[in-house]
Amino acid sequence: MTAPPDDGTRVELYRTMVLARTFEEAMLREYHADKGPGFDIGKGLVPGEMHLAAGQEPVAAGVCAHLTTDDAVTATHRPHHFAIAHGIDLRRMAAEIFGRETGLGRGRGGHMHLFDPATHFSCSGIIAEGYPPALGQAFAFQRKGTDRVAVAVTGEGAANQGAFHESLNLAALWRLPVVFVVEDNDWGISVPRASSTCVPSNAVRAAGYDMPGERIEDNAVEAVYAAAGRAVARARAGDGPSLIEVHTLRLWGHFEGDAQAYRKDIEDVPGRDPLPTYERTLREAGLLDEAGAAAVKAEAVEKVEDAVRFAKESPAPDPAEAGRYVFADGGPA
Amino acid sequence: MTATASRHRLTTAKAMVDGIAAEMERDESVIVLGEDVGAYGGIFSSSTGLLDRFGATRVIDTPISETAFIGLGIGAAVEGLRPIVELMFVDFFGVCMDQIYNHMAKISYESGGNVKVPMVLTTAVGGGYSDGAQHSQCLWGTFAHLPGMKVVVPSNPYDAKGLMISAIRDDSPVVYMFHKGVLGLPWMAKNPRSVDEVPDEPFTVPIGKARVARAGSDVTVVTVSLSVHHALDVADRLATEGVDVEVLDLRSLVPLDREAILTSVAKTGRLVVVDEDYLSYGLSGEVVATVTDVDPGLLRAKVARVAVPDVPIPYAHALEYAVLPRPERIEAAIRAVVGA
Repeated sequence: MTAPPDDGTRVELYRTMVLARTFEEAMLREYHADKGPGFDIGKGLVPGEMHLAAGQEPVAAGVCAHLTTDDAVTATHRPHHFAIAHGIDLRRMAAEIFGRETGLGRGRGGHMHLFDPATHFSCSGIIAEGYPPALGQAFAFQRKGTDRVAVAVTGEGAANQGAFHESLNLAALWRLPVVFVVEDNDWGISVPRASSTCVPSNAVRAAGYDMPGERIEDNAVEAVYAAAGRAVARARAGDGPSLIEVHTLRLWGHFEGDAQAYRKDIEDVPGRDPLPTYERTLREAGLLDEAGAAAVKAEAVEKVEDAVRFAKESPAPDPAEAGRYVFADGGPA
Repeated sequence: MTATASRHRLTTAKAMVDGIAAEMERDESVIVLGEDVGAYGGIFSSSTGLLDRFGATRVIDTPISETAFIGLGIGAAVEGLRPIVELMFVDFFGVCMDQIYNHMAKISYESGGNVKVPMVLTTAVGGGYSDGAQHSQCLWGTFAHLPGMKVVVPSNPYDAKGLMISAIRDDSPVVYMFHKGVLGLPWMAKNPRSVDEVPDEPFTVPIGKARVARAGSDVTVVTVSLSVHHALDVADRLATEGVDVEVLDLRSLVPLDREAILTSVAKTGRLVVVDEDYLSYGLSGEVVATVTDVDPGLLRAKVARVAVPDVPIPYAHALEYAVLPRPERIEAAIRAVVGA
């Protein structure tokens, strides 16, 4: 059993969620700042596809609260909230998103391809394909005799990919210290979950691989925290993998520029925002007042704006060096 | 220094395993993963004896889940292990290519060189024994086309060992493609060149360096893997007629030793490319472009390409041999190019 979060942890969960949201709000602003006239996806300081994770912060905050930076996380094409909750350097992450030489990948990766050896964080733009490398990290941790774990994150759409099922089987077979996390935000781009998935909960699929599966229905950060606590403890104890599905919320579009005309739930979305809900919970519990909440927000804004400033002031990569880092010696192809 | 290092006659398969064993002995982080690599010793004898020698914690049979176990190799490599992961037949890449080309091959670049993936992906290639369209392809051009993977293709026991040791020690992912026809397997037709003396001690063959397998002055045959054997057989035959063939064994496709190609063609002025992969958009065109990009004037005759025409590998023996670059086709191409 996992103890409920203590008061300090509850405020920390809130702080993480606010930091992640503040980052996404800043990306939203910077992304759209110079896409005009009209909307040109390749234009501006932050070009390309942009998948923002507003609304999904409870998953990242609740899970990563149990991790240290010695543990691994593999995230999805919508990775920022997990990267932030796992403690990635905000400046270098922002710089990567701005395509700068100071970025995590020296501008070669972009927002879907963030790699940070310092926190064992990575993400993949290919649905479900972040699961298999997490197995390998867990495998290496296990061989070294440590109690480190790997957290592998996907969306609910990924649970219909082969990589998802192969990974669950292999992780269970070898009792790897993995926590599989499924972020069910209801939508695979425009396809609702009911049109893609034959089971009401991907947690039931865990049973097919002889591992515990749990679904959190209400995007509640403390319920995620509790479930993740059980799963991480099980993995650290050498008892193998678990799966947690969280019914979360995609507050914004699949990517920026998505008009979401397909979305029938759009009217209800703002009312389901987990941030004001959790802030209310903490205020009712006497853990936060208006000034306290404002201070958390101000601190997040300061960190994020510092990171954005760092990114903007950083040099762009040298086009003559586009061929570098294809191989490990740093040399050209 | 001793005058003579000890050597043994080994098949290409045994030399490859010898290289793996030497590195496993030297480096605890080297492990072997794949389907039937344990008790069976690899369907094509690519891991024979390793389970007995190093145990089940380092020589590990996997489920038939190529995406999961190749991806596992990637994650393990990122965390400091040096996995050798076997894709039983290269033809099976269709079920797991995302891990190979979108992950294994791209992580170094996407991370700006901050993350290394020191992994060897071994895989069996090639036809000639009626295994049909899904178990007979070479496909090295497909892998070599995609950036971020080194690709090596040994043709003989010495190179098999030396390239394996180099591949394991390399900090970049290396795809090690072994043709079933060069392994010296007792249950498949084999060229005498599949068995040779190999030093017992560990040694390396540099990745990215071609080898002049036979020096000659009239025409250059650029080739790789089993076709090296065929080209050498043809060269021996033509030598009796006074045609002096140079055979260049590329050994690595990534990096490609373009200097060696240019040096040889500059000498002979004639080029035949022999490739057991498909003809179009592949290795044979790349070799020709290597010459014409630099100096088309090096060529005194039209180039000939002997490759698999763009059809799936057929099952029936006569059909299969009609499309493979067999010695008869290689000889005809050389004769056409030298006008003999």
